[in-house]
Amino acid sequence: MRVNFTVNGRPQEADDVWEGESLLYVLRERLGLPGSKNACEQGECGSCTVRLDGVPVCSCLVAAGQVEGREVVTVEGLAEYAAQRSCGTGACEAGACGTESGGTSLDEARRWSAQGARGTDSQTGEGVELAPVQQAFIDAGAVQCGFCTPGLLVAADEMLERNPDPTDADIREALSGNLCRCTGYETIMDAVRLAAARQSEGA
Amino acid sequence: MGTTGLPANITQGSRTKGGIGESTLRPDGTLKVTGEFAYSSDMWHEDMLWGHILRSTVAHADIVSIDTAEALATPGVYAVMTYDDLPTEVKNYGLEIQDTPVLAHGKVRHHGEPVAIVAADHPETARRAAAKIKVEYRELPVITDEASATAPDAILIHENRTDHHIGHVPHPNIVHRQPIVRGDVAEARERADFIVEGEYVFGMQDQAFLGPESGLAVPAEDGGVDLYIATQWLHSDLRQIAPVLGLPEDKVRMTLAGVGGAFGGREDLSMQIHACLLALRTGKPVKIVYNRFESFFGHVHRHPAKLHYEHGATRDGKLTHVKCRIVLDGGAYASASPAVVGNASSLGVGPYVVDDVDIEAIALYTNNPPCGAMRGFGAVQACFAYEAQMDKLADAVGMDRVEFRQRNAMSQGTLLPTGQVVDSPAPVAELLRRVKAMPLPPERQWESSEGADVRQLPGGLSNTTHGEGVVRGVGYAVGIKNVGFSEGFDDYSTARVRLEAVAGEPVVTVHTAMAEVGQGGVTVHAQIARTELGVTQVTIHPADTQVGSAGSTSASRQTYVTGGAVKNACELVREQVLEMGRRKFGTYHPAWATAELLLEGGKVVTDAGEALADLVDVLGDEAVELEREWRHRPTEPFDLRTGQGNGHVQYSFAAHRAVVEVDTELGLVKVIELACAQDVGKALNPLSVVGQIQGGTTQGLGVAVMEEIVVDPKTAKVKNPSFTDYLIPTILDTPTIPVDVLELADEHAPYGLRGIGEAPTLSSTPAVLAAIRNATGLELNRTPVRPEHLTGTA
Repeated sequence: MRVNFTVNGRPQEADDVWEGESLLYVLRERLGLPGSKNACEQGECGSCTVRLDGVPVCSCLVAAGQVEGREVVTVEGLAEYAAQRSCGTGACEAGACGTESGGTSLDEARRWSAQGARGTDSQTGEGVELAPVQQAFIDAGAVQCGFCTPGLLVAADEMLERNPDPTDADIREALSGNLCRCTGYETIMDAVRLAAARQSEGA
Repeated sequence: MGTTGLPANITQGSRTKGGIGESTLRPDGTLKVTGEFAYSSDMWHEDMLWGHILRSTVAHADIVSIDTAEALATPGVYAVMTYDDLPTEVKNYGLEIQDTPVLAHGKVRHHGEPVAIVAADHPETARRAAAKIKVEYRELPVITDEASATAPDAILIHENRTDHHIGHVPHPNIVHRQPIVRGDVAEARERADFIVEGEYVFGMQDQAFLGPESGLAVPAEDGGVDLYIATQWLHSDLRQIAPVLGLPEDKVRMTLAGVGGAFGGREDLSMQIHACLLALRTGKPVKIVYNRFESFFGHVHRHPAKLHYEHGATRDGKLTHVKCRIVLDGGAYASASPAVVGNASSLGVGPYVVDDVDIEAIALYTNNPPCGAMRGFGAVQACFAYEAQMDKLADAVGMDRVEFRQRNAMSQGTLLPTGQVVDSPAPVAELLRRVKAMPLPPERQWESSEGADVRQLPGGLSNTTHGEGVVRGVGYAVGIKNVGFSEGFDDYSTARVRLEAVAGEPVVTVHTAMAEVGQGGVTVHAQIARTELGVTQVTIHPADTQVGSAGSTSASRQTYVTGGAVKNACELVREQVLEMGRRKFGTYHPAWATAELLLEGGKVVTDAGEALADLVDVLGDEAVELEREWRHRPTEPFDLRTGQGNGHVQYSFAAHRAVVEVDTELGLVKVIELACAQDVGKALNPLSVVGQIQGGTTQGLGVAVMEEIVVDPKTAKVKNPSFTDYLIPTILDTPTIPVDVLELADEHAPYGLRGIGEAPTLSSTPAVLAAIRNATGLELNRTPVRPEHLTGTA
């Protein structure tokens, strides 16, 4: 079958899709978007999390045919999605409303930025526009093997959109569907607190 | 940073930005957060086929027949291969013992063993075709434990063994046996005022790395094959793959694809040979990607173990002796079992002073899933048992549990049970002191003005308690892990380093075959190059087999060994560059001949800080490049009868304090905090060091309260091969993990560093168990602890 849908703001057409294929398979194998990950393919790990009409879903559990005519955002489009959000009506959300800091304080966040002793290695992809939550994951050391990272980023970004001032318990609840095997989650907590702090600072 | 206790000097490194000691960020970080980093399962090639593996549905059986006709006739199928299609006489592989068939021949020895492989133009076509292959099995009785393995009439899992362990094992279904005997236990026993005994059971843990086994094999015009693969050791894979394909090693060109975690589970081959076979057979690129179900069958697990310990102590709290027997279940194939036996036995009494020991460790061949390497590697199972014993014995003596450990703690100069002197700092008592000194988390944190926040209580959002029946407990544990490959293994690494001027800037390229599996080796190697060569811009070349072996990303060894190789190669490059400088500019300044010269900030400087020349001027159009192997101190095998020998290179120590809250009515456990103190020698990258400690701690937590592959003892079949039924800790299960990093240099190691990745996985588990015992008063001799063990309904 043929499936037409929007991915990261661009219309996409996938041909010869077999009815049993998941959205995850179509993204990865037919559209050249392997950023969404295939850690369990049974809806348990969250590594394939994408936004489907704004709602975070495990793309491995969505049949490709179900996305006909709908909008999908993947990790590849996250920076643009976040940028559009901050340019649009959401711009004041964080800055104006974020009066209380639930997690990392601004001072702590500034320390993170100051600490960034980034090399100029060829692999860093420097100059790439990143969503605040993506930069925070790098800065806080929340990325090790990185296989859980795309799903966590999509989920964390969605939480920060809903709840710009999360408590630690809020963060843990929102990310409880995303497994990470490397970090022990501490640096992921740091990263989300940092992204929230930067967001409330309007950075 | 969420950490405490980093000493002030931790960021002291070289004066070149981004050198060692700084929390330099990952060079692959941006690619990993944008989804562009290419993992092995992301590989794609035009005209590519998909491979699929048919696995045995039974654990132990003779294969009567295999009929592939219907599968082969399926539209879209390009090839079906069985044992009979293997191209050479080499049909087995293995890390140390080549006992693992590429495809089953006449017999299957465990549930999920590869029997046939299929290549098709769609993964679902390949899967469906594989399901059409008819395999007739004649089932055999299953061997699942020591009693059935060593019974007089036991079927031999492997007949006609020729490996070098067969001569010293008491039964052919025992892979390896290592006794370690020192002093006189019978005599020491007489001196003991208190003796405690215990029988402990350690469940089968899975590495559960998130990136599934996967890769892409591309046939080449020269008859060879290019393989893009996630592994822990490219050259070890190559040594096993090439003979099966009948190709010289230089025609099997391997490149490391992105690796989604490893933790020991990628030491053995998985789909490497299968993908190459199908690619060479069809002449097309072949991709294989396991799903999670298959991944549970596709790699070895942590050895489950039964451990029997006897400890004695005098009235004043000094250990008299330790006697123990450790039985590891290696499953159907040897994998890393011999080395796991070596670790479990040689580290079997833990980081304590005890002169009289009688240790025996064995690994069995059974029909259970094959077991091999996982983070901690034999030392984990022993630590779980000896730390439970130390608590029991402290209670018997009537001494505080931490103080009892400190009284018996090893220090620099202590002899291991193997007779080897611990010749670098061993701050065991200090680590316990530090972890105990951390402030305890406040009681009843779940209470708020709006009532109980169930998210912070045992049972969480299941809303099973608002605090009723919840009891807190605290427990401590400490462990010792060896670093690097032991027992006489030639544990070297290779680094190629190139220094040149590009567009007026000095640039370093570091090329090794080190498998970056997430640990941050690529970050650290760039830091080392910056420190040694005073150049900011460092490129890490992709890891492949076009450079010499780096050894395995295992055994906490890569920062030490490949880091050591990079440091060594950089030093040699520096010497050459300085010699070039002396030739070019020596006559202009006397310091070229008289001063100690360094490379810093892109310049040649004297040790007094005077700049003599820009590196780009010294280099001109020339590049300096060299490749060198580097070795740490040699080790020697353990004596097969007494276990004596200088078998280890280095040790790593960590201590944990666990705070748990237990809903005693329902048997639900919430770990509130898991504090760790670890000696890292020198933190080359403090952020990465803390990340390793927290990650290792969490894997230890997992096997304490939830993680276990359940194998049916009647059929030897795996009952829970999924993330629905095999649980790993989520962010809700994982507590805050404050880390206190100690840096006592090991003078034998580069920069004084210690391998750090595994030690935190050891003591985490027994600390959690001790805390649960403290909360419940139960004995709890097995891990993981399940609700039924706490409610008496097991």
